[in-house]
Amino acid sequence: MSKRQGLSRRGLFGAAGAAVVTGVGGYAAHSALAGEKSQAAADNGPVQFHGPHQAGIVTPVQDRLHFAAFDVTTTKRDELIALLKEWTAAAALLTAGRDIGQYGAVNGPDEAPPEDTGEAVGLPPARLTLTIGFGPSLFDQRFGLASRRPKALVDLPHFIGDNLDPERSGGDIAVQACSDDPQVAVHAIRNLARIGFGRVAVRYSQLGFGRTSSTSRAQATPRNLFGFKDGTNNLKLEDAGKLEQHLWVQPEDGPDWMVGGSYLVSRRIRMNIETWDRTSLGEQEGIIGRGKGTGAPLGKADEFDAIDFNAKNADGQPKVPTDSHVRLAHPQFNNGAELLRRGYNFVDGSDGLGRLDAGLFFLAYQRDPRKQFIPIQQQLSRHDTMNEYIQHVGSAVFACPSGVTPGSYWGEKLFT
Amino acid sequence: MSTSPFRRASILGVVIGLAALTACAKDEPAAKDDGTGPVSVKATDSACDLSRRDVKSGTSTFSVSNGGSKVTEFYVYAEGDRVMGEVENIGPGLKRDLIVELPTGKYQAVCKPGMVGDGIRGDLTVSGDAAAQVDEDALLKQATASYQRYVNSQAVALEQKTVEFVSAVKAGDVAKAKALFPVSRTYWERIEPVAESFGDLDPKIDARVNDVEAGTEWTGYHRIEQALWVSNTTKGMEKYADQLLTDVKTVVAKAKTVKLTPLQLANGAKELLDEVATGKVTGEEDRYSHTDLWDFQANVEGSQAAIQALRPALQVRDAALVTQLDTNFKAVFAALDKYRVGDGFKPYTASEAEKKALGAVVDGLAEPVSTVAGVIAKK
Repeated sequence: MSKRQGLSRRGLFGAAGAAVVTGVGGYAAHSALAGEKSQAAADNGPVQFHGPHQAGIVTPVQDRLHFAAFDVTTTKRDELIALLKEWTAAAALLTAGRDIGQYGAVNGPDEAPPEDTGEAVGLPPARLTLTIGFGPSLFDQRFGLASRRPKALVDLPHFIGDNLDPERSGGDIAVQACSDDPQVAVHAIRNLARIGFGRVAVRYSQLGFGRTSSTSRAQATPRNLFGFKDGTNNLKLEDAGKLEQHLWVQPEDGPDWMVGGSYLVSRRIRMNIETWDRTSLGEQEGIIGRGKGTGAPLGKADEFDAIDFNAKNADGQPKVPTDSHVRLAHPQFNNGAELLRRGYNFVDGSDGLGRLDAGLFFLAYQRDPRKQFIPIQQQLSRHDTMNEYIQHVGSAVFACPSGVTPGSYWGEKLFT
Repeated sequence: MSTSPFRRASILGVVIGLAALTACAKDEPAAKDDGTGPVSVKATDSACDLSRRDVKSGTSTFSVSNGGSKVTEFYVYAEGDRVMGEVENIGPGLKRDLIVELPTGKYQAVCKPGMVGDGIRGDLTVSGDAAAQVDEDALLKQATASYQRYVNSQAVALEQKTVEFVSAVKAGDVAKAKALFPVSRTYWERIEPVAESFGDLDPKIDARVNDVEAGTEWTGYHRIEQALWVSNTTKGMEKYADQLLTDVKTVVAKAKTVKLTPLQLANGAKELLDEVATGKVTGEEDRYSHTDLWDFQANVEGSQAAIQALRPALQVRDAALVTQLDTNFKAVFAALDKYRVGDGFKPYTASEAEKKALGAVVDGLAEPVSTVAGVIAKK
């Protein structure tokens, strides 16, 4: 069954009639049956929105991304809280594969604009997840949150070679929408942005495709736009112990509102696709440190073989070059630090010079950026031979709180 | 200074030695030519007269005297303007010798009054024993030796021009420093992949402001560039000028002893065009001075120099590729020529459409250049 032939939202709504259930914050679900029916659509089904951790972090990575960073435009704390409540209610509906609002996309009064924008009508939930994070700038004086800012939520330092566009960096709030259907992800961001008008404004947003990491051993390792398998050594949801150690904020870390949450670093990494493509295979493999076909570490046969950093070629040089990406980013050379990456490829058309505006929208979750992303990226920015072919052009960091329980809202503990 | 020897890359080919005979030869009569001795070359602003245009294969000496009013150069080009040998910087009234090893074949003898443009050209025929042997290993060995001489000549000029630039900065002569900035960088940019191979020297000499992380001092050309163009001053730049010269001298010393393989030449040629594509076309390199096109030209010249060194070996293996490379190098230089002013270039404040056109022609060249390494590596 193709994705487009999944459960029809419109059909579902018709069958359920106007059995309106009032949700949190005044938003309404169309039918209590929706969730159950959607589940029947196998891997097109919904991902549980509520839980101890936010969905969209260890959730097996979906194929598509729509990521949006917002500036909060209201200066009123109450309005911000009200927005978060409305967003949470809408997110519960959207991730369940339902229209938002009392009447949804097509059953409202003729005179009124439809509550739901409608482009997801007829589409399955497609494993949509919506994940929220709060940027350092939210913790200024506007909302009385300065004292609640986590110590780990640092402003990222300037890394060598950074060429950041301020308009593609930062943001008070981020929402990461992931789905196996791009239209479902776009629909979610579009409707959340609409709900937010007057209180938040989109600062930038990014579409992504072809997940560049896997977060589960059940998933094959995908390829990035350099043509290499990416994320072989990623943290995986099956590694329960490691997730506590590297991913989730622990009680001893504090602050309380972040326990069970995680920190997200996003980096828009532009790839110099054209120059990369004219680089020899041997050089490409030396830069990455892995074979292009198998994804195996250089000198090894299989993708998941342990990397032997001591193995030497006949000429005495290490088989895995010391300035290769895989070595520089490896936990062995970063005090054991690991990340949970779930980035996406992007091609935003072409730039003014006729080159593909392409690259990797890097997303990495972690327990503490000061011990994980920052030192790893410092090492990479200094030595990685890949730097000839990439440029970091956007950057942000967000504190993503723990999961939402029914009746609560995104970030509730931060505001209480 | 208007004597910047700014022109196409020149490989020293199989020059055996550049005798630095700078003896003043104003009144010396043209040497009699018995068909075996040195070829006497009378260069003026409008002529390039050789005492004969047939020489025997092997070592030839060209005695070049400049009777014109402009500084001139003399080249012997093989097919595709591959430089077999050159003498530069021959001032009015001066005489210099070019001693060069020439195998049997057809060449061009070229004077370049003013040191720009295609020059005044005439045929030169080398005859004698059997045609040069086509031993591929020997050709590759010659290629690296030839390119090493090129690196050497550029390194020497880099040091000279950096001394001049640094002196201007320290003398507080803003105008002179601005004029010399792109000139000294030309020699740097031509051999950049070699210079870059020396680890931390490249960032110290050539880092742009965003290439530096907190806790590290920003030094080098672009540090001084910012002061010159943004603040219009040399104040406070003295220590960076001293540091630059020290670092450049270190690079030059290392470059003179560097050992390269044919594959490194091929990859270096490709990397130089990568530099153009990512840093120069976009105008990121010289963001304060907008002298990017000087660097652009120098990168392409350096790339061409490496390719030309490999040319005899390439000719044997893939003649069609050589033809394509010749055509595409010409296309890039033609595109750049539109921006020329005198010995240099207009400030690079091109429109997006103009940048796009330059980028396209560089891509057109870089694709065939990137295939050279594969051809060279083939057994």
